Amino acid sequence: MLSKRIISCLDVRDGKLAKSVKFVDTRDIGDPVTTARKYYEEGIDELVFYDITASSDKRDIMIDVVSEVASKIFIPFSVGGGLRTVEDCTRVRLAGAEKVNVNTAAVANPDLISQASLALGAQAVVLSMDVLAVPVSDTTPSGYEIVTHGGRTHTGIDALAWAKKGEALGAGELVINSIDADGTKEGYELKLTRMIADAVAIPVIASGGGGKPEHLYDVLTEGGADAALIASILHFGEYTIREVKEYLRGRGIKVRMV
Amino acid sequence: MIAIVDYNAGNLTSVKRALDFLSIPNIISPDPEKILQAEKVIFPGVGHATSAMATLKERGLDQALREVFKRGTPLFGICLGTQIILSSSEETDKPCLGIIEGNCPKFVLTDRGLKIPHMGWDSITLRREHPVLKGTTSGDEFYFVHSFYPLPSNDADILAECDYEITFPAAIARDNLIATQFHPEKSGPAGLRILSNFAEWDGAPC
Repeated sequence: MLSKRIISCLDVRDGKLAKSVKFVDTRDIGDPVTTARKYYEEGIDELVFYDITASSDKRDIMIDVVSEVASKIFIPFSVGGGLRTVEDCTRVRLAGAEKVNVNTAAVANPDLISQASLALGAQAVVLSMDVLAVPVSDTTPSGYEIVTHGGRTHTGIDALAWAKKGEALGAGELVINSIDADGTKEGYELKLTRMIADAVAIPVIASGGGGKPEHLYDVLTEGGADAALIASILHFGEYTIREVKEYLRGRGIKVRMV
Repeated sequence: MIAIVDYNAGNLTSVKRALDFLSIPNIISPDPEKILQAEKVIFPGVGHATSAMATLKERGLDQALREVFKRGTPLFGICLGTQIILSSSEETDKPCLGIIEGNCPKFVLTDRGLKIPHMGWDSITLRREHPVLKGTTSGDEFYFVHSFYPLPSNDADILAECDYEITFPAAIARDNLIATQFHPEKSGPAGLRILSNFAEWDGAPC
């Protein structure tokens, strides 16, 4: 039986870790490779590197980061942010990323999902979706809407319909990021995660709201998620990966221990 | 020197990076002569069995790989490489390498909660010991991504198993051949240990 995966996400700007990542005990604040290596050694199952570099002429720095990560970290990792074309996706894949992570660009151009899936294989294409709870309406019958730009831009697309469409277009996995739960540390959006996990046959990664190990337990059981993404609780040293996994194992969840 | 067989099948550089990290000398090569001259051969791969077999034939690598096995050169198959070492696969109507007899069925599962591909970390159970699995114990987890699985005709070729509703071979071995369905190059320290062991292995089965 597959283990539930614990995934962490590192935001990278101009080749450095964004300020959201702070460690009490490391001297190498700011270096994504060092941090990734530390998480790798502590037993993270997978990593996501999200490029938040604003200017496009600095995007090549990210390729260097990806290739350095790939030469030091021997678990799957994905890269997202700024991937607009199949060529962008192929470049990060060749630099050593196992998977690509598409979000806003896929909303604007859904064909990106099918093209990337054809070029790299479905297992290499992760569709990330930022989701906001909204009143049930004709356009959003599920009560959830896809938003972009950190939740500032409404798309009018129903989240459940988008998840199914993403799967049909060839996405191999879905990241369900609840904008409502994000940053609250009060737990994942269980209802949303469950609704999507029940509707698709591809793995679902829950994101947003993980503040303590029991939140992961909830989303991996009640929420039906195959994996849970944690960020700030690791970045700020509130929990270690081992503590999170030991807790989950203690409650009967199969997780990989290193 | 370990030669990694280049037949346009996916994760060659991942394997190379892992060997480089371990300071194990290696080259990636599409040339059958280079493959035949190598002390050891890794046959990785991600992709489709039909196109993989076509490229292998086109480059004369199919014969080279059969010869590598016959000569007793240590040979390591990974993922798709492991599948097409067998005689056939449900993924293609073309014959596969047939280095050892067997077929690759597609997962047919009744539990709708189980997804295909079988993707992620899963634990294996060892059937017997092997020099390349030195330090590996039952329960260790490795990274898998696959929809088909290798099924040797000879039960004795199964080295380790994994459970995903059904029990399927996670590693197979015969003589100087070892092959894993999982990706050692993406399986953290447990996977790197296997690659390290392979670099030390003389090809003797025990």
